[in-house]
Amino acid sequence: MDIHEYQAKNLLAKFGVAVPRGGIAYSPEQAAYRCQEIGGDRWVVKAQIHSGARGKAGGVRVCSSESEVLDAAEFMLGRKLVTHQTGPGGKLVGRLYVEEASDIAQEIYLGFVLDRTEERVVVVASAAGGMEIEQISEEHPDTLIRSVVDPAVGMEPFQAREIAFSLGLDAGMIPQAVKTIIGCYKAFRDLDATMVEINPLVVTGAGDIVALDAKMSFDDNALFRRPEISELRDKSQEDQRETYANDRGLNYIGLEGKIGCIVNGAGLAMATLDMIKMAGGEPANFLDVGGGASPERVLKSFRAVLNDPEVEAILVNIFAGINRCDWIAEGVVRAVQELELKIPLVVRLSGTNFEEGQKILDDSGLNIVTAGSLAEAADKVVSAWKAGA
Amino acid sequence: MSILINKDTPVLILGFTGRIGSFHAQEMMEYGTNVVGGVTPGKGGTTHLGLPVFNTIKGAVAETGAEVAIAFVPPPFAADALMEAADAGIKTTVCIADGIPAQDMIRVKRFMRRYKAEKRMRLIGPNCAGIITPGEAFAGLMPPHIYLPGRVGIIGRSGTLGYEAASQMKEFGIGVSSSIGIGGDPINGSSFRDILELFENDPDTDAVVLVGEIGGPQEAEAAEYIRDHMTKPVAAYIAGLSAPKGRTMGHAGAIVQAFGESAQEKVVILKDAGVTIVPTPSAFGETVKEMLG
Repeated sequence: MDIHEYQAKNLLAKFGVAVPRGGIAYSPEQAAYRCQEIGGDRWVVKAQIHSGARGKAGGVRVCSSESEVLDAAEFMLGRKLVTHQTGPGGKLVGRLYVEEASDIAQEIYLGFVLDRTEERVVVVASAAGGMEIEQISEEHPDTLIRSVVDPAVGMEPFQAREIAFSLGLDAGMIPQAVKTIIGCYKAFRDLDATMVEINPLVVTGAGDIVALDAKMSFDDNALFRRPEISELRDKSQEDQRETYANDRGLNYIGLEGKIGCIVNGAGLAMATLDMIKMAGGEPANFLDVGGGASPERVLKSFRAVLNDPEVEAILVNIFAGINRCDWIAEGVVRAVQELELKIPLVVRLSGTNFEEGQKILDDSGLNIVTAGSLAEAADKVVSAWKAGA
Repeated sequence: MSILINKDTPVLILGFTGRIGSFHAQEMMEYGTNVVGGVTPGKGGTTHLGLPVFNTIKGAVAETGAEVAIAFVPPPFAADALMEAADAGIKTTVCIADGIPAQDMIRVKRFMRRYKAEKRMRLIGPNCAGIITPGEAFAGLMPPHIYLPGRVGIIGRSGTLGYEAASQMKEFGIGVSSSIGIGGDPINGSSFRDILELFENDPDTDAVVLVGEIGGPQEAEAAEYIRDHMTKPVAAYIAGLSAPKGRTMGHAGAIVQAFGESAQEKVVILKDAGVTIVPTPSAFGETVKEMLG
């Protein structure tokens, strides 16, 4: 799960990371009021969307008067910002963060990730901050500093000190840098994050170390024990098809094509999308119906797939282990009847109770095309879709 | 021979008396698996499905000599059960749970390093379908009848895609020595490389089918091992050619975050290591047949 910049800053501040003074605003008037609250004479208005590279998309503006803040807020609120991370649809700006402008002397990159090779938390830092980590790795790989944290003891001060000195910071700034680095690590560990990124972490003209931007992602599998993080979810930043499906307990990802998919198992679901593409079609979604799926769950899956108005054909592909083909078939028949399905439907069943399932489909008298293999199913659904389109 | 489990291997069920544990224990026993008992804290001393129930894994191992354990424990409690199994001297534990927090798995892996290599538990999964030696025994969720006994090993992240491979091979008359699901989580117990090594050293396995997917470094690591150490032929399929970057495709570990983690890149890496590529998920049967000659 992703959260907004201001939410990440609030969380990190509790762990001792210094952040500029700022406040949230839902209207231009509120944004102007924040300026008075913060004081000073320069502010930054930042669109809160779940994406980086907001500056280039017009989502970050430095202002020197309240009227400029009002203008910036009016421009951003309600607008969809498109970045290379949002996809062509962009993301809606529903809230702004207004903060005091910082006097930047140096920009640093500081990131924490779960490294799958090390199977540990790894800290990555670079003195070449302010650009994306991919760009740093390509253009300034020699500036990258890596440090691996032993989960049994956590991050030790000497590790943070080594990073701070490697960044070339003055001796006087080291204690604050150490506090920042350890603070981020503790936030990562205590909140079940999967990523913490401060880019840039700046050294101000006065020699302070401040997190100018902040990004955090969290482990979905750990949200059950992090209710304070679950609360930060902002559904306006999600694909609405995904919100609909995920709220109903389905594992669904919206894609751009026309062929809806209902599959059991994540690997088989991915493979099914690949097969549709190879057969000349484009999948509309990824949907793993899961193990032990009841007829009701199959019905729910159809609703989620049909919630996307672009869907023009549906493929159901089930290789039942803990699932039962007869339950799946029952769900398929109910879905076709209750939802009055009008688009082509191809069903491929295999595994546990396959014969019973096939019989339910055959006996239903409904217009359901069946297929014996994955290849046949993909071919059939693509040609049915092409014939209908 | 086979790897990790055979008809004589004593198997312990963790989370034995629950609905899911009971159901799968019964399936495993019907197939011929030597289930020797189970563990449910607080129900020790009772019997379930005609077998003894223990409070602790240590107690169960002392009484039954269990070597393999399979955990049907919900995700919030799974890490604790895995560490208990590691400490009790279980040789191999299969973990089915889908949804264990990544930091819990980091802790489990770190904990397992307390034990010397020769006494260290082998963890299979989590988020996997289990292990099977067709015709003998299994510890998992798979429909065992789709596997023909034979001499080709299967290693896969995905359960159902592994079934797809096994059933296509069966249609071509190709049997399986053992099939091992390593699971779809970002941090897992055994990697492709770990299991490849077991198959390379197994006299009853002639070739291996690897079923990978997007995300993580383990397919590339496997390619390196195959190139440098494998004498047996390997075929591989990688799912997720059409997966968008940066999205988690169902499995917590199926996400492209770095160079070399997309399906396209993994296919190239494996091909360069001499692996036969299964071009589509419906070509497992014919590709493996051709590879075996």
